[in-house]
Amino acid sequence: MDRNEMKNFIAKRVAKMLNDGDVVNLGIGLPTKVSNYLPEGANIFLQSENGFIGLGPVPQEGQEDFRITNAGGQCVTILPGGVFFDSSTSFGIIRGGHVDMTVLGALQVDEKGNLANWMIPGKMVPGMGGAMDLVTGAKKVTIAMEHTAKGSKKILKECTLPLTAAGQVDYIVTEMGLMEVTKEGIVLKEINPEYTVEQVQEATEAKLIIADDLKEMQV
Amino acid sequence: MNKIIAIDEAIDKIQDGMTIMVGGFLGCGNPHRLVNKLVEKGTKDLTLICNDSSFPDYGVGKLIVNKQIKKLIASHVGTNPETGRQMNEGEMEVVLVPQGTLAEQVRAGGSGLGGFLTPTGVGTVVEEGKQKIEIEGVEYLLELPLKADVALIAGQTADKFGNIEYFGATRNFNQLMATAADVVIAEVEEIVEVGELDPNQVVTPGIFVTHLVNGGAK
Repeated sequence: MDRNEMKNFIAKRVAKMLNDGDVVNLGIGLPTKVSNYLPEGANIFLQSENGFIGLGPVPQEGQEDFRITNAGGQCVTILPGGVFFDSSTSFGIIRGGHVDMTVLGALQVDEKGNLANWMIPGKMVPGMGGAMDLVTGAKKVTIAMEHTAKGSKKILKECTLPLTAAGQVDYIVTEMGLMEVTKEGIVLKEINPEYTVEQVQEATEAKLIIADDLKEMQV
Repeated sequence: MNKIIAIDEAIDKIQDGMTIMVGGFLGCGNPHRLVNKLVEKGTKDLTLICNDSSFPDYGVGKLIVNKQIKKLIASHVGTNPETGRQMNEGEMEVVLVPQGTLAEQVRAGGSGLGGFLTPTGVGTVVEEGKQKIEIEGVEYLLELPLKADVALIAGQTADKFGNIEYFGATRNFNQLMATAADVVIAEVEEIVEVGELDPNQVVTPGIFVTHLVNGGAK
């Protein structure tokens, strides 16, 4: 798989985790691709933290309205049944546990479910935006990312970068597999048949617990 | 009662060293004309409370580039490299706040609350220097309200009492900031007569709005 295929593969697997009626917030970048593969026939309510539910696709050229943008500032559309609101309502939805799943990228994630994705001291300090609220408030937190950063490990025993939130991550989906963060540690539940368990472990600093019923990752 | 004023008069309400709130999210729902005029006037040493520092050539990002901001309180600054540069060089103080916390701080400031408890930021650098309070086994941070001398907000249509309707995703912080400053200046695309707006559709009650600037005036 090239990098683009890898990202689409991850997005497709995450999309299969969503259920009819779910309220979902997708982060910028790879997580946004999940919206291309939403389960057919299901009503998935995409929330945009800048203030609406019913996030629709990017409009055709010439149809852009700069009053309707997503959390990345890009012109988007709102679907029938969608609704606009202010930032306090938006984060009431997020912190109040009304978002079923948030899907975000990560710089690092560890076996305690800690997540670091908002700064690299001295290098990159973009700010946390809505990420800390999303990770703290959403019912399920799914990390969608490439398994390593150009070979450097991202799934660690303990995050070394400043945290976005402590102990909030539920799932990690990469091109290698689907993992669940449990009290005992990170459980490899599904594996991409292109890789062996040994290869996945080698690309992971945390010690993986291999599920008894380890399945093939299907997208 | 006449709330409609000229844009120059509106910007004259902001003095060097004041704290201002500006609505908008990466420039969407930003009062662009007011901000452009403030850039033109060059009022300086301002404390700016805004969701983000936008882009260098769009919205409040221009105030940063023009070095008018002494202190910035925002949730995201990654789309404006000049913010990062001024922050790293020590030219501007930047306080980064989780977006939901920032929204609620403004809401608290405008609605008479002494603060609020949020789980966001527990176990991160955000908790540094803040009081932690445990309620029924869950840890929360005590976050304090924010207020400003002047708020610059953007709406779609207002009547002459200052009642405002919004369009699309432009409400964001505008609706909140309208409640949290001593002087609230709203730039709107259209101003209509009292009675022409449907009270069911008004989002910001006119009592919050001090001055109106007719952005759509021909």
